[in-house]
Amino acid sequence: MSKASERAFVRMEQVGHCYDPAAGNMAVQQIDLEIHRHEFVAVVGPSGCGKSTLLRMVAGLLIPSAGKVSVFDRQVTEPRDDVGIVFQKPTLLPWLTVRDNVLFPLKHKYGLVTAADKNRAEELLAMAGLSQFSARMPDELSGGMQQRVGIVRALLLNPDILLMDEPFSALDAMTREQIGFDLLNIWTENPKTVLFITHSISEAVLLADRVLVMSQRPGTVLDLIDIDIPRPRSANTINTPRFAELTARIRKHIYEPEAHA
Amino acid sequence: MLKSTSFPVRQWLLSYAAALFFITFVLLWELICRFGKVPVYILPSPVSIVNAFFDVEFSRWLEHLWATLRVALMGFALSICISIPLAIAMVRSEVLSRTIYPALVVIQSTPVVAVAPLIIVLMGTGDMSRVLITCLITFFPLVVSAATGMLETPEELIELSKSLRAPRYRETWQIRIPYAIPHIFSGLKVSITLAIIGAVVAEFVAAEKGLGYFIQFSTSFFKIPQAFAGLIFLAVVSLVLFKSVQWAQQWLYPWSIPKNKR
Repeated sequence: MSKASERAFVRMEQVGHCYDPAAGNMAVQQIDLEIHRHEFVAVVGPSGCGKSTLLRMVAGLLIPSAGKVSVFDRQVTEPRDDVGIVFQKPTLLPWLTVRDNVLFPLKHKYGLVTAADKNRAEELLAMAGLSQFSARMPDELSGGMQQRVGIVRALLLNPDILLMDEPFSALDAMTREQIGFDLLNIWTENPKTVLFITHSISEAVLLADRVLVMSQRPGTVLDLIDIDIPRPRSANTINTPRFAELTARIRKHIYEPEAHA
Repeated sequence: MLKSTSFPVRQWLLSYAAALFFITFVLLWELICRFGKVPVYILPSPVSIVNAFFDVEFSRWLEHLWATLRVALMGFALSICISIPLAIAMVRSEVLSRTIYPALVVIQSTPVVAVAPLIIVLMGTGDMSRVLITCLITFFPLVVSAATGMLETPEELIELSKSLRAPRYRETWQIRIPYAIPHIFSGLKVSITLAIIGAVVAEFVAAEKGLGYFIQFSTSFFKIPQAFAGLIFLAVVSLVLFKSVQWAQQWLYPWSIPKNKR
């Protein structure tokens, strides 16, 4: 391993944020977290605990009011263009075809797209199994397919960091499992540093290398759990005793928070 | 059993309800005028209105129509040219929005009918003053609808734009304005009918041609059926313009119409 890859890629030191300084209540506080290069970290916690706040801090869309967030030893002080963001809703542009939606980040950033970019978009769509839909309009696709397009769009600029804000929460359970495995395949082929926000404990354990468990608002770190289940993971992973143990451990944090008080 | 027989009737009613209502309405109107002995200066019968329409030469109708349409469309176009940039400016700058919005509300709540004579005095009796009056009456719904649409852009897309560090004009052009298209077209539909109203109001104040002028002139000579003919013609023109905006939206931006209505 080279020295660079041993270093923490994303580092949060005593990070806290307060949306409304007048009222003085913190959304998140005292977060310490190190994410390694090409590591898949999932964040779980009750709703409103500031999971999305963390994600926005890494993207530089939000500057923390306390502590420091740095990416590759550089403090984040403004929006970064080396992150790909996948939102809870697909947020595709309804007036563009699927392919143009995938190309949108380039078109938006530089104002033009080349033939090579178009090829790359088609390649990414093929990887996500969406080739035959590339000329369709978003509203002709199912919710699961739309969210796949959202993931492909986030990969277009080949970002180092993939930020996913409850990306599968609007999907039905079966689609959700399938798209989770698809994400793992994509991630294996194009390794990225992933910060994955979810409120599904089993999804977090199934996908991640480590799971950060957050408390009720103001969100703090309750636990950081290594998921030592070997990859590649599949639908059978859910039936292993280790999976049950790990989900039980996280569930305990969520449902019996007083154990930590 | 009952359902299967009543269903086609219901379908049939749904498709022809408007036409049926219209025919019944006109028939009743004709009957009341004939058998109720209603004087023609109070309510002319549909037949007398149709006769009055054909008594006027077609070229004269076209002349009046062109005068009104020209003013209405020029006012409408001017209003689009003013209101869309204004809406963009208001969305991009909160200071500007807070400064301009109260002024817009004041202009909108001042009755244009009352201001029209003043504009004629200031700018003369030419087309320009009538265009300005039309513009004043049409631009408010456009500004409001365009600004509302741009502000309703999902926050995620704005975040996406920020995280790409794209220039801000592209956020406006590639995200906010397209997102506002459905709203802008709602505004355009309201404005196009208001444009006809604006042109007619202007003609009432000062004009020697136009459908508004024609109606006023016919009324003052007690040619009531002829005035009604002008009024109905005007309503038809308004309807065609409204439909044209709808067709334009369907043709240019089919995605902006909900799928079940395309």
